[in-house]
Amino acid sequence: MSTSALSAPVPDNEVRRSTRTFGTRETMEIAVPLAVSVLVTTALFLLTPLDGAFGFVIVAFTIFMVAFFAAVRRARGAKHGIDRVVSVGITLAALITAAPLVLIVFTVFQKGLPALGFNTFTKTLEGVDPSSPPTTGGLLHALTGTLSQVGIATLVSVPFGIGTAVYLNEIQGAFTGLVRLLVDAMSGIPSIVAGLFVYTIWVVGPGHGFSGIAASFALAILMLPTVARTTEEMLRLVDPGLREASLALGSSQWRTVAQVVLPTARTGIITAVILGIARVAGETAPLLMTAFGADKIVGPIKSLTSPQSALPLFIFQQFAQDQRQRAWTGALVLILLVLALFTLARLLGRSKRNR
Amino acid sequence: MQPTMTNSVAAATEETRSSVSPSATPTPEDFALRAEGVSCWFGKRKVLEGVSLNIERHSVMALIGPSGCGKSTFLRTLNRMHELVPTAGLAGSVYLDDVDIYGNTLTPSVIRQRIGMVFQKPNPFPAMSIGENVLAGLKLTGTKHPNPNELIEWALTRASLWNEVKDRLNSAGGSLSGGQQQRLCIARSLAVKPHVLLMDEPCSALDPTSTRRVEETITEIASEITVVIVTHNMQQAQRVSDECAFFLAEENQPGRIVEAGSTLNMFSNPSDPRTNDYVNGRFG
Repeated sequence: MSTSALSAPVPDNEVRRSTRTFGTRETMEIAVPLAVSVLVTTALFLLTPLDGAFGFVIVAFTIFMVAFFAAVRRARGAKHGIDRVVSVGITLAALITAAPLVLIVFTVFQKGLPALGFNTFTKTLEGVDPSSPPTTGGLLHALTGTLSQVGIATLVSVPFGIGTAVYLNEIQGAFTGLVRLLVDAMSGIPSIVAGLFVYTIWVVGPGHGFSGIAASFALAILMLPTVARTTEEMLRLVDPGLREASLALGSSQWRTVAQVVLPTARTGIITAVILGIARVAGETAPLLMTAFGADKIVGPIKSLTSPQSALPLFIFQQFAQDQRQRAWTGALVLILLVLALFTLARLLGRSKRNR
Repeated sequence: MQPTMTNSVAAATEETRSSVSPSATPTPEDFALRAEGVSCWFGKRKVLEGVSLNIERHSVMALIGPSGCGKSTFLRTLNRMHELVPTAGLAGSVYLDDVDIYGNTLTPSVIRQRIGMVFQKPNPFPAMSIGENVLAGLKLTGTKHPNPNELIEWALTRASLWNEVKDRLNSAGGSLSGGQQQRLCIARSLAVKPHVLLMDEPCSALDPTSTRRVEETITEIASEITVVIVTHNMQQAQRVSDECAFFLAEENQPGRIVEAGSTLNMFSNPSDPRTNDYVNGRFG
């Protein structure tokens, strides 16, 4: 028995012990003050002129926090009391932050789903009377418009954005400070100003007119700083030891960037691109001055050079024409599109090696 | 002709030669690498002064000395890695087979292909598999090899890692243990067939078993490659090196070589009392 503690036999009745720190006592410490606060607040609201749901929540919450603190302090002392009150407060704050997103998605699905059908994705609004039921026609023209405008904007801004990031973080030339300042300033350009700019120098100046390609330019301007700065942050996370290792093998700086730094930051760069797309996919203001809107698809190439619709524009214009149901359906499709993009990004961004 | 050296170095080197190979007087051809009067700056701060050192071909040279004495900085001047620090400055010359590597004859890229480097922290490329890591030097310099698989096996065998990874050459380099990663980095350096391999405290992050295997690798490759290793471990210096150079930076002074010579002499019969104190662990 006393010879070796290392080889002590395992008893037959070995039981696993719980290491949970949130048990019955902790539940009661929350449940009882909660019940007390609701009861006291109800009584207050019945007996005094206090009124209103919002006021009820505020008063009940205040009473709850005080009662909760008192309960924990009584059982385990003030230090524990503060700890529990703060952690409940932080948890609530996190839940309150997540609530709008959940509510928005829920509402969009609730309002948009009834009119969502096969026709939504196969038909346009060409020749559809505004007063006809929302299940007629569709938003194919808006969906393709958004895909082409955002797609072209991505093709334009990603090479420039990654190039800028490489310049800022890898080359660090004489203009690094200036370029970073300008890119930062560029990310502050209000989207409507970008729209107005493209309107002036492209739509009316040379007289190209409203077009999908003009919208792409405006969106590219808005995407570029997001892609450049986020990519720069991602490149900064790449271990400097990897650059040294590459150079020590006799590699040039170009090959080091192309074959070591960028592949290492691949997941981060994809995130940067998706953030850029998310930044512009819902932009409405610049589209009003560039794409203008349309109710049909004029042709795969011709759409680029003539007025074109887009999902945010579609939502806005249907809303303005009091076609709320179509607007909600448009909103649902836009949210689904963004969701699909994020899922795609996660799949692409998942490292080949970690699969 | 004997290159200019600080007195103690010259004396010690003479001693070495007579003890190691009594008959031959060393000529420049015996040295794979020669540093002459190398001084280094970071910004305005001088960290290394007047370092001259001859490194014999196909031998192992250990650079020892307390932290901050400039031995890593010196190592990095030997394959032009020092200049990658934006504020770095340099004086003096380094000769690789009698060609000044800071002259116009060779580009830094060619120099680094001939003088490889293994770093303190294992740094396999995370976006590459084990096999791709070994071939990274070829890929990064745009060199073709007739039989890449053979090269992978050769390099991993030299780094004594082949048996552990031969069945998973396609998995990530990062999936290996720290010691295995370091041996992968050694294999990666060996795959470009360098003439000289610089090692900056290659075992400081490794467990004793991995350390032993890296040391075995060093001993083995020294028959074909000249090795310069920075180490804080006196036992390691004794185990792996043929010659030693002891660096020391007096307070607020740049680092200098106090003494250099055969490892045997440096540890058993050093000529400078500071060397004696250091190798016997009385400071540093």
